Amino acid sequence: MPISFDPNPATLQGRDEMHEIAVQHMRPWSRKYDDHEHEMPWEYVNPMWERATGKSGKGDSGPGDGMVTVCVQTEELCWGDAGLYLRTPSPLLGGSAVAAAGTPAQRERFLTPFREGKPKWGAMAITEPQAGSDAAAIETTAVFDEATNEWVLNGTKIFCTAGEGALEYEGGLVVVWATIDKSAGRAGIKSFVVTAGTPGVSVVGCEKKLGIRASDTATLRLENCRVPADNLLGKAEVKKPGANPSGDKGFKGAMATFDASRPIVAAMAVGVGRAALDFVKEELERQGVPVRYDAPPREQTAIERDVIEMEGELQAARLLTWRAAKMLDRGQRNNLEASMAKAKAGLAVTKITQKAVELLGPLGYSKKLLVEKWMRDAKINDIYEGTQQINQLIIARRILDYSSSVLR
Amino acid sequence: MIDFEPTEEQQLIVDTVQQFARSEIRPVARESEEASKLPEKVLSAAHELGLVANSLPESAGGSGERSAITGALIAEELAWGDLAIALAILSPGLSALPVAEWGTDAQKESLARFVGPDFVPGALAIVEPRFDSDPFRPATLARRDGDGFVLDGAKCLVPWLDGADSVLVVANEGGSSQLFLVPRDAGGLKVEPERYMGIQALPTAELTLSGVALPASARIGGDAGVDMRRLIAQGRVALAAMAVGLARAAFETARDYAKERQVFGVPVATKQAIAFKLADMALEIDGARLLAWEAAWKLDRGEDATREALLARRQANRVALEVADGAVQVLGGHGYIRDYLPELHLRNARGFTSFEALALV
Repeated sequence: MPISFDPNPATLQGRDEMHEIAVQHMRPWSRKYDDHEHEMPWEYVNPMWERATGKSGKGDSGPGDGMVTVCVQTEELCWGDAGLYLRTPSPLLGGSAVAAAGTPAQRERFLTPFREGKPKWGAMAITEPQAGSDAAAIETTAVFDEATNEWVLNGTKIFCTAGEGALEYEGGLVVVWATIDKSAGRAGIKSFVVTAGTPGVSVVGCEKKLGIRASDTATLRLENCRVPADNLLGKAEVKKPGANPSGDKGFKGAMATFDASRPIVAAMAVGVGRAALDFVKEELERQGVPVRYDAPPREQTAIERDVIEMEGELQAARLLTWRAAKMLDRGQRNNLEASMAKAKAGLAVTKITQKAVELLGPLGYSKKLLVEKWMRDAKINDIYEGTQQINQLIIARRILDYSSSVLR
Repeated sequence: MIDFEPTEEQQLIVDTVQQFARSEIRPVARESEEASKLPEKVLSAAHELGLVANSLPESAGGSGERSAITGALIAEELAWGDLAIALAILSPGLSALPVAEWGTDAQKESLARFVGPDFVPGALAIVEPRFDSDPFRPATLARRDGDGFVLDGAKCLVPWLDGADSVLVVANEGGSSQLFLVPRDAGGLKVEPERYMGIQALPTAELTLSGVALPASARIGGDAGVDMRRLIAQGRVALAAMAVGLARAAFETARDYAKERQVFGVPVATKQAIAFKLADMALEIDGARLLAWEAAWKLDRGEDATREALLARRQANRVALEVADGAVQVLGGHGYIRDYLPELHLRNARGFTSFEALALV
C-alpha cells in the first residue's frame, strides 16, 4: 500500500458511531460526573453495555486497519469525555493482558462474561506505593500452596484504573502483577487473574484526582487472597537470565502489552486535545475571528498563530499515533513508535489544553464550560501508561541502541 | 487505507537518492559552503538520476509521473546531504514544474531544455526583500500595457545558477498572484548577487524590476494563469521535507557524537540530559515528516492543501531549528566549530521561515 491518509470506510463508520455516542451519552454528563467524583455514571454505562452485548454496531474495522480503527474510535470517545471513557464497561487493560498472555481456555473462561448479563469491568493492577514506572520493584507476593493448588496473593496496589468497577460488580476481573521470587527481579514477576468476589481482595478506596474524575482509580488490598493455579497468565517457572527454554515471554511479554496500549492512550490524549481545540475554533468563529491559513505571519494575530501551532501539534501527535497503530496491524515491532506517539501526544495535549484555557480567558477558566475540565483531564495522559520521561527513556535506548543497564 | 510505507518504487528512489546524498553530496558539503561555490560535477551527476525529469511528462522530455509524496521523499534525502546543493539540484523544477502544470502549449514547448543533457537550471522569484513578504499578495506589480505586461518591484532569494536563461517572477496582476517569464537579459532587470547566513553554496540574487516590459505570452498559463495557492503549497511541502532532512542530519550527527564522546568515564549519551534531548529530536522529526507527507498526499489528490502545507511548514521549520540548535549544544564546543556540520545545519535551518518555493514537489 502506498502512503495514504485515507481511512477505511469501516474506520470512518466506527468513528461516526463513536462520535454519536460521545455527543449523546458523554458530553451531557461530563460536568455531572466531574462534580460527583465517585458515582457510577449509569447514563453512559448502560447504553455502552447494551451496545457491547447487543448485535448492533459491531462492524468489522476492515482488513488490516484494526488498531488504527481502535485509535480513531478512542479519540472520538475521549473527545466526548476521557473520564467516562475509562468507565466503559469492558475488560479494558485486564482484557488486553488475558488476551495477550492467556491460553485459549483462559480467554474463554475470563472474557466470555463480558458478552452477557450485567455491565462488567476489567482492570490491571501494577503500580504499588513504592513501585510505579519501575515495575520490577513490585513487592506484592504470590506463593503457591501445593495443598490446595492455589496461588496466595499478598500486597497493596494503587492507581488501579477501573479497579472498583472490576471488583465490586459480578463477573469483573483484575489482572494483578506479583512476584513469585523476589530474588529473581523482573523475571520473578507474573500476572494473576483475580475475579470479583474472590475472598481476600478488597477495594480500600478511590483516589481524589485533578481530572478524569469519572474514572475510578482504586487502591486494592490483597490479604491471603487465594486464586486457582489456573489463574496464572503464562508459566510459573522463573527464567534464568539469558535462558528462555520454555518460550514464555515473562516480564518482557508483560511489558509488550504497552506496545498496544500506548497508541490507545495517545489516541485518548488526542481526543481530549481535539475537544479543546474544536471548542476554541468554534468560539472564535462565533466571535467572527477566523483563522487564516493563507495570511502572512505579520498579519496573523497572536491567537491565529497559537491556534495554528495547536493544530500542528495535535496533528503530529495523531499521525504518530496512527503510525504506531498501523505497525501493530502489520505485525511489526512498534515499541519505539508507540513510545514516540505516547510521549508526543501526552505533552502536546497538556500544552494545547492549557493554551485553550488561556485563549478563552474567563470562559476557559470557568466551570460553566468544559475547557477547564479538559485541561485537568489532559494532564493524566502525560503520566499514566508510562510518564513522559519513561517514554523518553525507551525512545532513547532504542535510538542509541543502549540496554537498560547502560542507559538507566 | 491509512498507511505510512512508501511503495516499492518509491523506496527504490529513496535508496538511490540516499546513496547519492551519502557518497556524493555530503563529502563536498563543507567545502562548497566555505567556497560559496556549487560542486558542478555533483550537479551533473545528480542530473543523470533524472530527479526533475521524473516529474515531467514524456512530451516534455520527462520520463515519469509527478507525485508530491515522491517529491517530498527525494527532497528529504537530498537535504540530508546538504541543503544548498539539494536546492541547486532541484532548481530546474522551479521553472519546469509550473510550466508543465499550468503552461500554455506554446510555453510547454520550452520544457525539454530543463531535462536534456545540456539542461539549464531554473529559477523562481517569489520572496521579496521586506519583513512582510507575502507570496499570496506580492508587492511586485504586473500591469497590462497594450498586449503585454510591465513589471515593477523587487525580489530576493532567487536561485541564480550559471547557465539559466530566465526566471519565473511572482507578481500581483489585478489582485491575483501570477507567474511571469522574465528573460535574464530583459530591459529594466537589475541583478545583485546576495550572501546569506546559510546556504552559501547556492548562488542567489536580488532582482530589481523597473518597468520590465514583457509580451502577453510571458504570463504562465495565458488567461487561465496559475493556481498560486497550489504552487505555494507545493513549495511548502518541498521545503518542509527538506527541513526534515536537515533535522535528521543534525540529529544523526549529535547522536553519533554523543555515543563517542566520553565524559566521566562513560559516553555522554548515557546521561539522560543528553539522551532525552536526542529522544525528543527523533520523535519531533518523525512528526514533522508525517505532516509533510499528509500535505503532499492532499496535493496528489488534487485538493487544496493550503492548511496542511502551512501546518507542515510551521512544524518542520520549528523542528529543524530546534534540532539543529540542539545538535550544536550536544556537541558543546565542537558544535561551534566549523569542522563539524551542526553549526552549518543551524545557519541553514534558520533560513526556512524566510524561504518560499525555493524548491517544488
